[in-house]
Amino acid sequence: MLYRENGQFKTSYRQDQQIFGITQDRYAILGIIAFAFLAVPFLADEYLFRAILIPFVIMSLAALGVNVLVGYCGQISLGSGAFMAVGAYAAYNFFVRVPGMPLVPAIVLGGLCATAFGILFGLPSLRVKGLYLAVATLAAQFFSDWMFLRIKWFTNDSSSGSVSVAGLQVFGAPIDTPVAKYLFCLSLLVVIALLTKNLVRSAIGREWMAIRDMDVAAAVIGIRPMFAKLSAFAVSSFIVGVAGALWAFIYLGSWEPAAFSVDISFRLLFMVIIGGLGSIMGSFFGAAFIVVLPIALNQFLPGLGGAFGLHISTATAAHAEFMIFGGLIVWFLIVEPHGLAKLWSTGKQKLRLWPFPH
Amino acid sequence: MKLSKFLMAAAVLAASAATVSTSALAQAKEQFFPLLVYRTGAYAPNGTPWANGKQDYLKLVNARDGGINGVKLTFEECETAYATDRGVECYERLKGKTNTLFDPQSTGITFALTDKAPGDKMPLITVGYGLAASQDGGVFKWNFPILGSYWTGADVLVQHLGKKEGGLDKLKGKRIALVYHDSPFGKEPIALLQERAKTHGFELQLLPVAAPGVEQKATWLQVRQSRPDYVFLWGWGVMNSTALKEAQATGYPRDKMYGVWWSGAEPDVRDIGAGAKGYNALALQHGAERNSKVVQDILKLVHDKGQGSGPKDEVGQVLYMRGLIISMLGVEAVRRAQERFGKGKVMTAEQVRWGLENLNLDQKRLDALGFAGVMRPVSTSCQDHMGSTYARIHTWDGTKWSFSSDWYQADEQILKPLIKSAADKYAAEKKLTRRTPADCQS
Repeated sequence: MLYRENGQFKTSYRQDQQIFGITQDRYAILGIIAFAFLAVPFLADEYLFRAILIPFVIMSLAALGVNVLVGYCGQISLGSGAFMAVGAYAAYNFFVRVPGMPLVPAIVLGGLCATAFGILFGLPSLRVKGLYLAVATLAAQFFSDWMFLRIKWFTNDSSSGSVSVAGLQVFGAPIDTPVAKYLFCLSLLVVIALLTKNLVRSAIGREWMAIRDMDVAAAVIGIRPMFAKLSAFAVSSFIVGVAGALWAFIYLGSWEPAAFSVDISFRLLFMVIIGGLGSIMGSFFGAAFIVVLPIALNQFLPGLGGAFGLHISTATAAHAEFMIFGGLIVWFLIVEPHGLAKLWSTGKQKLRLWPFPH
Repeated sequence: MKLSKFLMAAAVLAASAATVSTSALAQAKEQFFPLLVYRTGAYAPNGTPWANGKQDYLKLVNARDGGINGVKLTFEECETAYATDRGVECYERLKGKTNTLFDPQSTGITFALTDKAPGDKMPLITVGYGLAASQDGGVFKWNFPILGSYWTGADVLVQHLGKKEGGLDKLKGKRIALVYHDSPFGKEPIALLQERAKTHGFELQLLPVAAPGVEQKATWLQVRQSRPDYVFLWGWGVMNSTALKEAQATGYPRDKMYGVWWSGAEPDVRDIGAGAKGYNALALQHGAERNSKVVQDILKLVHDKGQGSGPKDEVGQVLYMRGLIISMLGVEAVRRAQERFGKGKVMTAEQVRWGLENLNLDQKRLDALGFAGVMRPVSTSCQDHMGSTYARIHTWDGTKWSFSSDWYQADEQILKPLIKSAADKYAAEKKLTRRTPADCQS
């Protein structure tokens, strides 16, 4: 009843091509963005910023990148951690070796290096599909693990292999408080999410989706598979590389190559599967779920167990996290392959009729 | 309907107000110790006894002494699985609750927290691990690598080999292989070993092992080919037992292997038993001390009351003792802070930092605490955050660890300039200045 587009007429092509066609949607999204920028800095405490909001924002960006590749183009990738690592270390090298390099260009250049790396390791996608491609991208992951451990030049010849950045600032405003870090990451996320949404609605996005659905038919009607697949790898790696640079610079501050191990690749894949393949909104849902669930389990499981008279140790909570993730992945893949985003849009569909029964 | 809803709301409010007020009262005289642990993951076999030791000592202080001058000790564990990002998250979560100190229990997490600790004014106690340069309190105000770091450990090992060979000059021409965990923890001793290799003329062969260390066949094949005179093992968790199994498989004599104090505990050798006979490791002052008084106290006052954190036969083992010592140093730092800032009051993190910097545990005090024969006196200062660099070697005889050397002290002549230059380099990178003498007095 409330969620209907009665009386909303599109009178120009520009209106017709809007991302959010329904006025209620548009206002809701603008409201959420305004809330995130203006209200959250005053409402959230420091722990919420450092432990939940900042990782959520950065991981949504990374999940967005992975979704472009896995969800929109259908190329399974287990090497997202490697792209994050390349983005992070490339941005680090630009930041540290080039005197006076500002922060945002360093991060963007890191993303471009990740793009080059992604295209290189995306070449196998032209020959193999599905599981075999997943293994080829896993090779990218292990190669990056090896590269950043053994080639000292990448870690600025640090004896311990651990690197760190300090003194981050944008146009003189220092990024050292949690609020500043959050706003910086959020700005980058909003810009890149908008660009990505427009990209997947455009011709390239349709090419990706055609390749995903039926690559032979796509090739028959004139879509060049090489261009489509490699462009998907390129765009995805750029976004994931920028997310990796943010993860390292803003969230960790000081990191070693083990910070971008295969675990993070799996986490990103889980985010995209649970959140919804092929959906921009799904990346946000999946990231929120994966970031918040371990913390929520750690806080509530001991209490919950105590209510039943069971003593839940920290080890049990950590194991429970794995079990719940595994169970959820299997459940989502069987029951709702399009993930939380599909549940959300089904809910919205039902909202169009509510409160009327039919 | 409206009235019952109002009554429900009022009841809920009253209940929540009651719980809030009782918890506020309960927090009046408690010192909260956050415990970052790993009971899962590849490093759990070694992390678990360490965590149990840390917790049991805090329970002992509550049971035996009633807290620190009447201030009860509370604690909460947070699982890090040795991962840096989870360690940082645990730190952020417990930072608001605690005003005491943090023991990151991992060199990787220490690197990350070292950047955050000065801003949060939270001291980090890194007993026997962490940044070797943090011994220099002039630059690292908030880091305390008490009892030793990887540089002092490596130094003691080289001294021991020199003694064995009949003089440090006899090391010339020998080959020493360093089988290390490919992480900041494993790479830390390389700088010092390279320095000593240059000084004494021995060849240092670096053999990294990819984390977590279950794949070592290639590494030990290289050891078999190059036949080094000695092997230093710098591993943690499953890497240690795998290394010893591979050494047995390739036939490298275990008595020529020397592990760091993190590679010389029961979980590393128990499964191999007699196969690891002769394997030596550094002992961070203590070894397996089942007969010490503090262990007897814990068995009596904690385990016999059913409050033990882990199995009873674990009490007194090497890593368990290390956990005890780490908790003991933290508790004594709080006690020392109370001597200056108010006996019987709850201490803040800055006050605990002062306590850590002015620790003065003489043998009498250590004996009274139950550590007679386990530890030597520790005395920290503004410039020296380590307090004591004594260590010795213990050897596995197939069933237990027993000491096989005298006490060694790290060679200050070699270490001091290295530490100072590393600390200065860190300060230059982070744009910090060395502390002033006035700052040392505060």
